[in-house]
Amino acid sequence: MLNRKHLSIPYALFLLSFVVTPLVLIIVYSITTPDWNLTINNYKTVFTSDNVNTLFTSLFIAIITTIVCLLIGYPLAYLLADRQVNKSKVFVYFFVMPMWINFVLRSNATKELLDLFNINASNTTGMYICVFIAMVYDYLPFVILPLYSTMLKLDKTVIEAARDLGAKPSTVFVKTIIPLTMPGIISASTMVFMPTMCSYVITDVFSNQKLQIMGNLINQYFNAAQWNYGSAASIVLLVILFIIMRVTSNHKEVDESVGGRVW
Amino acid sequence: MAQKSIEIINVSKSYGNNVVIENLNLYVNKGEFVTILGPSGCGKSTTLRMVAGFEIPTSGTILLNGKDITKLPPHKRPINTVFQRYALFPHLDVYDNVAFGLKLKKVPNEKRSGKLRNLTPEEIDEKVMKALKIVDLEDFENRDIATLSGGQQQRVAIARAIVMEPEILLLDEPLGALDLKMRKDMQIELKEMHKKLGITFIYVTHDQEEALTMSDTIVVMNDGVIQQIGRPNQIYDEPANAFVADFIGESNIYTGTVMGSKRVRFLNTTFTCVDEFPVNEKVDVVVRPEDIDILPKDNGLLNAKIESRIFKGIHYQYILKKGKAEIEVQSTDKFNVGEEVGISIDPDLIHIMKKEVTTNVFEGYIDKNNQVCFGDGTFMCDVTQLYEGSHLDENGYLITSDGRQIDLTDVDVVVNVGFNDITLTDNEEDGMVYGEVISSIYKGDHYQVIIRTFDNEEDYILDTEYTYNINDRVGVIINSDKIKMKLKVSNNAK
Repeated sequence: MLNRKHLSIPYALFLLSFVVTPLVLIIVYSITTPDWNLTINNYKTVFTSDNVNTLFTSLFIAIITTIVCLLIGYPLAYLLADRQVNKSKVFVYFFVMPMWINFVLRSNATKELLDLFNINASNTTGMYICVFIAMVYDYLPFVILPLYSTMLKLDKTVIEAARDLGAKPSTVFVKTIIPLTMPGIISASTMVFMPTMCSYVITDVFSNQKLQIMGNLINQYFNAAQWNYGSAASIVLLVILFIIMRVTSNHKEVDESVGGRVW
Repeated sequence: MAQKSIEIINVSKSYGNNVVIENLNLYVNKGEFVTILGPSGCGKSTTLRMVAGFEIPTSGTILLNGKDITKLPPHKRPINTVFQRYALFPHLDVYDNVAFGLKLKKVPNEKRSGKLRNLTPEEIDEKVMKALKIVDLEDFENRDIATLSGGQQQRVAIARAIVMEPEILLLDEPLGALDLKMRKDMQIELKEMHKKLGITFIYVTHDQEEALTMSDTIVVMNDGVIQQIGRPNQIYDEPANAFVADFIGESNIYTGTVMGSKRVRFLNTTFTCVDEFPVNEKVDVVVRPEDIDILPKDNGLLNAKIESRIFKGIHYQYILKKGKAEIEVQSTDKFNVGEEVGISIDPDLIHIMKKEVTTNVFEGYIDKNNQVCFGDGTFMCDVTQLYEGSHLDENGYLITSDGRQIDLTDVDVVVNVGFNDITLTDNEEDGMVYGEVISSIYKGDHYQVIIRTFDNEEDYILDTEYTYNINDRVGVIINSDKIKMKLKVSNNAK
């Protein structure tokens, strides 16, 4: 057999230069002072009370956005995957299309639209509503796609089996449809949860820069040339996301062929 | 009298314009093992799904113990299904798969009459273990579904259904995905299980051997219509029509003519039989290959030549030829290919069925001039009707609507000619075929005449207002536009 190891060289180089090196650099920056002395003060700074507040705000926004996205996206994906409802599959594109429109244009248009209905950042409630609407609108396609592809592969006879064994429609949903689509739910959640913690452009535009999330914090540090603090904040975020990922992917492995998983 | 468990009354089911089940009537007695047998697409699975509640009939009623359950959703029916592809829950282990239904089941509460309660974990545990024991899967309860073999998964599917103690167990080709050896073992086990559990089994399969092995009653279906209901030996020995005979077991099927009391003519030979039919009626004759005896030449009722011989283990399978007709015979005696032998058939092994003739049906082929040969003659015809939207090019090749070029020479076709589309001429030279009148029956306003050719004794049936005498020699004329042809579908689907 041919030795094909050499074929992996370009990818190895890519990994090395764009994944491994930057990560190592961030880690090194996060544990050193600007004079290259080892320190943990960067982390102490990141965990000052103001910054912890920012962290919780980010988590709050991310959790709510993910839940709302799932609540809207799940039934929608279920309908879209139903061949009788969505015969031509064209509706899937309608829901995914916003993704193809320029992000800045889309955000500003949404803001203008919300303004029209007098929903704006003039008070705290209005601000949060604006941010959530914008976040959900932006990330909904990322929920629909993995859920849709999972549901396309959903074995209908398993659902019939559950009905046959005495499960009423609500029980069928809770006991079979949800567990069977869990891979899709998890990959949809991670697709939304991680980016929402950092996408400060949305919060900036919709809260008139009143709302701070982790993305803002990191941005500010880097803009002020405080590389070390910025790196430490990035690492903290990375660790949080990593922990969440571990926890969610710890569920019982469902048949891998069901697909729809990103991780 | 046995008590009826399920009763299907005048049920029809159609999807749009596509009628799948047509006016089905069937009942199943309590504790019976009934098999619905038929080729794929015959509506057997749809019937089962209507009993299970997954499909609602377009019209008609389904009764369970006399109560109407036609529109009852599946989870409210005391009926459970073993699915074709098992349909196990991949996210649950063996134990939880089997316990799935039990955890949802409500039973009467002994302490508070009239109330229902859930099963206790101990009760569930006991039932699950018992079911796993019945299907021979003890010690498998903690296994993941994905780690089980096909046979084991099938057992889990059966355990999951029988643990519910249903009144009726539906099995939708449950052994279809298993290999032959496993299938044979499971057939016996299912039969045993049926005896042990004493519940009604409705089994759907396209495998005739499976049906004959396991069932108390077989329902043969085709095109959404029941062809025959009977015990396995009845179905095999006395098939109701040519379809059943052809579908169940091997059989020789011929078109015969009743010659007189208990006398039928086919294979150019008149046989004695045991059934009475009106004289001159066209009938389907079915003879099983194992019911034909091969004798030395001239010792039988007719002579035929051995075309091929295949060793099948316990017997030889011969194909004999008599003229153009093939005769399939099974025999333990050894004869040589090419040998001329005699054949005899016991009168009571010749099964005769009424043939519903409404048109003349011939098997024929297209010759190199794009004419069709059938019934001892060669006729002009329109070959483009074989492929929709096709036309002929200048070289006589057929061009289909999607541009494919087809050489029709020697293509087998089934030819249909209506009784009114045949005319006779007294001058036999003018006809495309000639023969003699063997029957002329007055039918009120016309005569139904049967013309038999001399070479191969092919019969043409036609309606005419003129009188002909028996033994008149006549020519047969059929206009090319009256010849309806279809491509012959090869019968390998068995």
